[in-house]
Amino acid sequence: MANDWPLWEVFIRGQHGLSHRHVGSLHAPDAELAVLNARDVYTRRNEGVSIWVVKSADVTASAPSRKGPMFDPSNSKTYRHPTFFDIPDDVGSM
Amino acid sequence: MIEFLLRMGDNTLVLGHRVSEWCGHAPVLEEDIALANIALDMIGQTRMWLGLAGEVEGQGRDADALAFRRDAWDFRNLLLVERPNRDFGHTLMRQFLFDLWHHERLADLCLSADDRVAGIAAKCVKEADYHLERSTDLIIRLGDGSAESHARMQEALAALWPYVGEMFTDDDVDAAMAEQGVAPLPSSQRARFDTALQDVFATATLTRPESDFAHQGGRTGTHTEDLGHMLATMQFLQRAYPDARW
Repeated sequence: MANDWPLWEVFIRGQHGLSHRHVGSLHAPDAELAVLNARDVYTRRNEGVSIWVVKSADVTASAPSRKGPMFDPSNSKTYRHPTFFDIPDDVGSM
Repeated sequence: MIEFLLRMGDNTLVLGHRVSEWCGHAPVLEEDIALANIALDMIGQTRMWLGLAGEVEGQGRDADALAFRRDAWDFRNLLLVERPNRDFGHTLMRQFLFDLWHHERLADLCLSADDRVAGIAAKCVKEADYHLERSTDLIIRLGDGSAESHARMQEALAALWPYVGEMFTDDDVDAAMAEQGVAPLPSSQRARFDTALQDVFATATLTRPESDFAHQGGRTGTHTEDLGHMLATMQFLQRAYPDARW
């Protein structure tokens, strides 16, 4: 039953050239079946060309309570944002 | 030719409906969606085979008419695919035995001398390839799983094995199709099937039953009573309200 199965995070590459994006999670007994389950649950409408799965337990996350010290200091440092460049149209999506 | 097309289409129609019976009842959400996908793939394949059958017949019957307005004795599917779902082990073992045969069959049909048959087979074979990958993975994990899952898979195999032989039996229709280059004889697939089966069962720690006794009749219209029950549900709407649309 799903209660015994580990949870897997699913990442799908929408098309060549783009990076894998997190799309959700699911249960599966092992990695191979997690890929097959991800194919059935998340790519029914031709959403992807590649799938990664990672055990949710293997993801180390930052603590929500540390949000302030982690992220607030960069708020006021606008000079770190590369917004002062004109990007030529030919570059496409960045 | 029409007999051959009905056999192909009725296999996927009946198994597709059987698998769809799990929708909303599978043990976990992921399996539920996977089974529904597989069922839909097979119903889609049915549309193509029965659509062509209706065209070849030339009496104005389309895929829907053939699916919903024929009685059990007009169905030409293998007895294997009409076996009831019972437990998940039976459903998966039935799927694996069918997928292993079906994938080989479609691969052969891609080389058919009839362009229409080759075209449909080329579309279906990719889906069948995935179905086989999935059912093989599950057979191995459940066969080589817990003591209970192993026992259930072995029991399902014993129950379904007498329905395997029918897939490789040749009759006059098969001989005519082979002669015209439409489809090779079913018996020509047996050796490949056995080799692939042995590989999977070795990994899955399952034992192939010794007896090769095979029930026959599905492909000529002699079915088990289970098909009648299934059709009663499947065909109810078109029987009670002919030509109903929504």
